[in-house]
Amino acid sequence: MSVLVDDDTRVVVQGITGGEGNFHAEQMIEYGTNVVAGAVPGKGGQEAAGVPVYDTVEEAVEEEDADTSVIFVPPAFAGDAIFEALDTNLDLAVAITEGVPTQDMARVNKRLSETETRLVGPNCPGLITPGEAKLGILPGNIFSSGNVGLVSRSGTLTYQVVDNLTNRGIGQTTAIGIGGDPIIGTDFVDALELFENDPETDAIAMCGEIGGEDEEEAAAFIDEHVDTPVAGFIAGRTAPPGKRMGHAGAIVSGSGTGTAESKINALNDAGVPVGDTPEEVADHIEAFLE
Amino acid sequence: MKLHEYQAKNVFADAGVPTPASQLASDVDGVLAAAEEIGYPVAVKAQVQVGGRGKAGGIKLVSDEDEAREAAESIIGMDLKGYHVDRVLVEEAVDFTNELYVGITMDRAEGKPVAMVSTKGGVDIEQVAEEDPGAIATEHIDPSFGMHPYQARKAVYGADVDGTVARDVSSVLMTLYDLWESRDGSDAEINPLMVTSDDEVVAADAVMNIDEDALFRQPELAEMEEEATGGDELEQKADEYGFDYVRLEGNVGIIGNGAGLVMTTLDLVDYYGGEPANFLDVGGGAKASRITNALDMVFSDDNVDSVVFNIFGGITRGDEVARGINEALEQFDEIPKPVVVRLAGTNWEEGMEILNEDLVTVEQTLEDAVERTVEYAAEVNEQ
Repeated sequence: MSVLVDDDTRVVVQGITGGEGNFHAEQMIEYGTNVVAGAVPGKGGQEAAGVPVYDTVEEAVEEEDADTSVIFVPPAFAGDAIFEALDTNLDLAVAITEGVPTQDMARVNKRLSETETRLVGPNCPGLITPGEAKLGILPGNIFSSGNVGLVSRSGTLTYQVVDNLTNRGIGQTTAIGIGGDPIIGTDFVDALELFENDPETDAIAMCGEIGGEDEEEAAAFIDEHVDTPVAGFIAGRTAPPGKRMGHAGAIVSGSGTGTAESKINALNDAGVPVGDTPEEVADHIEAFLE
Repeated sequence: MKLHEYQAKNVFADAGVPTPASQLASDVDGVLAAAEEIGYPVAVKAQVQVGGRGKAGGIKLVSDEDEAREAAESIIGMDLKGYHVDRVLVEEAVDFTNELYVGITMDRAEGKPVAMVSTKGGVDIEQVAEEDPGAIATEHIDPSFGMHPYQARKAVYGADVDGTVARDVSSVLMTLYDLWESRDGSDAEINPLMVTSDDEVVAADAVMNIDEDALFRQPELAEMEEEATGGDELEQKADEYGFDYVRLEGNVGIIGNGAGLVMTTLDLVDYYGGEPANFLDVGGGAKASRITNALDMVFSDDNVDSVVFNIFGGITRGDEVARGINEALEQFDEIPKPVVVRLAGTNWEEGMEILNEDLVTVEQTLEDAVERTVEYAAEVNEQ
């Protein structure tokens, strides 16, 4: 079982003729993902990664029955590409692109509220249902199929925690990288809701970081609505206030919210144990499953 | 990217926001000539990218030539919170009766721009937000429609701005939003917006932060960036290399890929009793040369006693990382600081075959790698 993606998912890759898009389309296909088309303006009629390319997402949907888009479009055009995916009424759009201007995402965010499409990202590694399909750039070989849902704001931290789980023989239902940008589509609360409603997910690992208040909101949601046990991790405990650590969101405002401490406290208050190390997150998950 | 005050003022003034007369100067004679032309009294203001310039002695109000000379001599060349002051803005001193705050920023929780107005200007607005949030009127803007005049009025009246200047303040706010939107601002603020004894408003300070991700479509502002940098030498070097880098107080150098994983590595160094010397994210898909540059960066920091390399490959490939580490270290007769390497993910096995293990210490897990690096740093300190 899984959430959002499985072996029936029919994928169109926006930007499939670019370096990244092409390489990762091939990787996705090799993993078993049902990639049915590419969409690149001006490249309609060509073939890339062994699938037909169309000029528009709409054509890919009409001709190949695509229901999901993975977006590898350069930052300057990524906002437009997301709009195109939203206007085609896909079930799911996953934007991998890093560096999309924040104001573009504010406009996307507004449009998102008016459509049925779910967005994951941008600036995220994508999502994977081990053994079935992966959408994005996650290294498939470290994942294994099982009963733990994982949601994370950071790509490489996702890999780290998955590695800690897989090494103990604990597999995953689906792992979702939601991205660390200030404005994103699917957030912790959305992902937690999906996992809570998935009968196969018996425990949830949630990896957050300093900046913003998403983890605090997630904690409140867990307290009210989530019965599945959740273990957490918060990166950036040692980050000095006012310094920006890579992710646009990872700024400690210094005003008492957005700090590692406030996030850890909020999660603890909601009954979520937070590991000091990724290994400790795996300890908690293992204890839940026993 | 943050503009200097004088740059932001130019941008605001060009758009029609009233600003005091001012000139940039870089030496005493320049300050005196500017002050003469503008007419005393004037303010002499250090142009560096730090808050609290006034308290640190970087802003002085002067009323004659002697005072201006004295202020220029003390400010130009001074070290202001680690930043060298090489330019000052000489600015007409405004006779004011009131200080307001107006600003536009992105409310990330709402995913929308927000306009803010307060009659408690002239002080630290973050402090006002914390202690007396009711003193700041806010109005969220639909980014697909922009700010309507009624919304500017709502914010202005909501903040109880005096009726005599309400129209002018609304107009400044509208202009500020247009600038914020058209220039890809992340924040645009005027604090204080002074109300003069003639009931006019004047922007006595100007803050403009630009979204770095949007600089590709802001060529004019991108040109200002070179002027706007400054500060820590190593951080400048990191800018040249294009790394996300933050210098910290400790002695354990940290290199990794991905902000979340690098922050986690910092946290683990702390957990095992060490102190991080830096945050360095090589980003995704780093090639060997980038890895070499990263090691060069961290070795250039005299405070660093040991270095941990933590790479979990997704896009980044272990073989490229290993090649980069070899290249960086093979040029030394003696490795300057012990390096611990942990490679996982894409092509890590190929990487381990390539890596010259005579030059580094290899650990399999993140925890072991960090613990070992902290031990090395402690050993160096004992010597």
